[in-house]
Amino acid sequence: MSTMLEVTDLGHRYGDHTAIDRLSFTVAAGELVCIVGPSGCGKSTLLRTLSGLVASTTGHVALHGDEVRGVPDDLAVVFQDYSRSLFPWLTVQRNVEFPLKRKVSRAERRARAAEALEWVGLSGAGAKYPWQLSGGMQQRVAIARALAYRPALLLMDEPFASVDAQTRFELEDLLLRVRREHDTTILLVTHDIDESVYLGDRVLVLSKSPATIVANLKVDLPAERDQITTRESDTFVALRAETARLLHGGGTVRPRVQADPEGVAARFLAAERAEQAAQASKRHAAQN
Amino acid sequence: MRAAFRGLVGVAVLLLLWELLSNSDLVPPGYIPPPTVIGATLVRLLLDGVFVYDVIASVLAWAIALGVAIAVAVPLGLVLGSVPAVRRATRTVVELMRPIPSVAMIPLAILLFGGGPEAKIVLAVYASVWPILFNTIYALDELDEQLVDTARAFGTSKPRIMATVALPSAAPFVMTGIRTAAAIALIVVVSTELLAGATLGLGQFILTASSGGGRMDLVFAGTVVAGLIGYLVNAGLEWVQRRFFAWGARTGETV
Ligand SMILES: Nc1ncnc2c1ncn2[C@@H]1O[C@H](COP(=O)(O)OP(=O)(O)O)[C@@H](O)[C@H]1O
Ligand SMILES: [Mg+2]
Repeated sequence: MSTMLEVTDLGHRYGDHTAIDRLSFTVAAGELVCIVGPSGCGKSTLLRTLSGLVASTTGHVALHGDEVRGVPDDLAVVFQDYSRSLFPWLTVQRNVEFPLKRKVSRAERRARAAEALEWVGLSGAGAKYPWQLSGGMQQRVAIARALAYRPALLLMDEPFASVDAQTRFELEDLLLRVRREHDTTILLVTHDIDESVYLGDRVLVLSKSPATIVANLKVDLPAERDQITTRESDTFVALRAETARLLHGGGTVRPRVQADPEGVAARFLAAERAEQAAQASKRHAAQN
Repeated sequence: MRAAFRGLVGVAVLLLLWELLSNSDLVPPGYIPPPTVIGATLVRLLLDGVFVYDVIASVLAWAIALGVAIAVAVPLGLVLGSVPAVRRATRTVVELMRPIPSVAMIPLAILLFGGGPEAKIVLAVYASVWPILFNTIYALDELDEQLVDTARAFGTSKPRIMATVALPSAAPFVMTGIRTAAAIALIVVVSTELLAGATLGLGQFILTASSGGGRMDLVFAGTVVAGLIGYLVNAGLEWVQRRFFAWGARTGETV
């Protein structure tokens, strides 16, 4: 498999706050890699630097071998907050066509948008407006828009964090189906351990801020996944436990993990406790 | 439908009370003409050409003023809203100019532009630029960063983001500004006609009717027409807003 994305020593600082610290990893063509990390650890920042929305402070990024400067041509992003990423004044069809404007002919635009809407099961909704759809449907529109663009790499920033659990399962399976059918390369960021294991071919575990990669876990699950049986399987349970341990505490059971999980976990726990204390005092202040 | 019906009933009751009051001994005869007399006067006026010219003159001045105000304020608002340096540089001038009531500038405008339609158009433009300008700037301040990021991530250029994201997303706010501006422009046009002794216009008609003998039925008829124009303008713009910017209301963006 050829390398689609190669990230070397990527770092980003906001002023003197280091959000991500010298990350290096690769994503192979056709792969679905999940990045899991605690809230505020720099996941969004990582995707924003990869998509060229913010300039990285250190390191470089190569997409299918070409060094990336600015916003790459063949990259699409799906954000968590669908209600703020679909254009409310455009119909669903026109939202999906939006990125294709000035790139392909009108007829092809129409065809590609209609096709992508069919992939996500929204053939009939083209003439509707986003606000006339449920949250899950809106996120499917955002996914269709990204697919219609036919990106070399699809970046997803906690795409299913704002929908209810049932819809979330549906969307996860939809993502697995479309990426299998259309051979899409995906880098998906989430704070949900189960989701990262369920979706990923590989899981990269990030540390608490500033984000560094503490583990690179291969997911030895069959390509065909099922919300019930997969989640019950021993492999899934073991991987989930390992990821959780890496994120929250304890050591690791697998020797292939690099870095020092003990130190990272201790730092993570301390930071987590500090955050909980801060939130508790905020709640307390709000009540008075 | 029921609301409209109730509204009509309300108006009918009011007119009936008015009719009874003006025919009673409570007010001197002719002081407040009854609605039936005003209605008859209104019909006569509309059939006779001169009054219609007055109405046309006012409405035309209003429409030109509003059109010019939109053409000036929207692009200016887009620049001020998206280039912070320009906004800082012009803040003092804007803060000094905005509070001047346009009615206070009527004598100045007449001295500069004479008694013709120019004075009222210029004043109405001046008065109605502000709400449009401020709503446009405000709309750009409120522009959702994530909509912009979405467009940027798909490789959309800055000028295209301005045209295809910033402008449509600002439209409902701008429309609200235009509605406010439309009402203000009408007030300024009619006031200028009243004060400037213009040769044509609704304000001039009401002024003439009230001076000398003081034909109360004419004054009322003129006032009713002014009110009706204001009502229709607002209803029309409201319809445009509902028809084309419904999404703004859905996403809570229409003020
Ligand atoms: N525009 C910004 N300016 C300054 N600090 C920021 C900005 N965006 C994010 N941060 C900070 O960077 C850290 C990582 O943020 P983010 O990438 O959004 O984390 P995540 O997506 O993992 O929750 C946080 O501490 C956050 O407060
Ligand atoms: Mg985030």
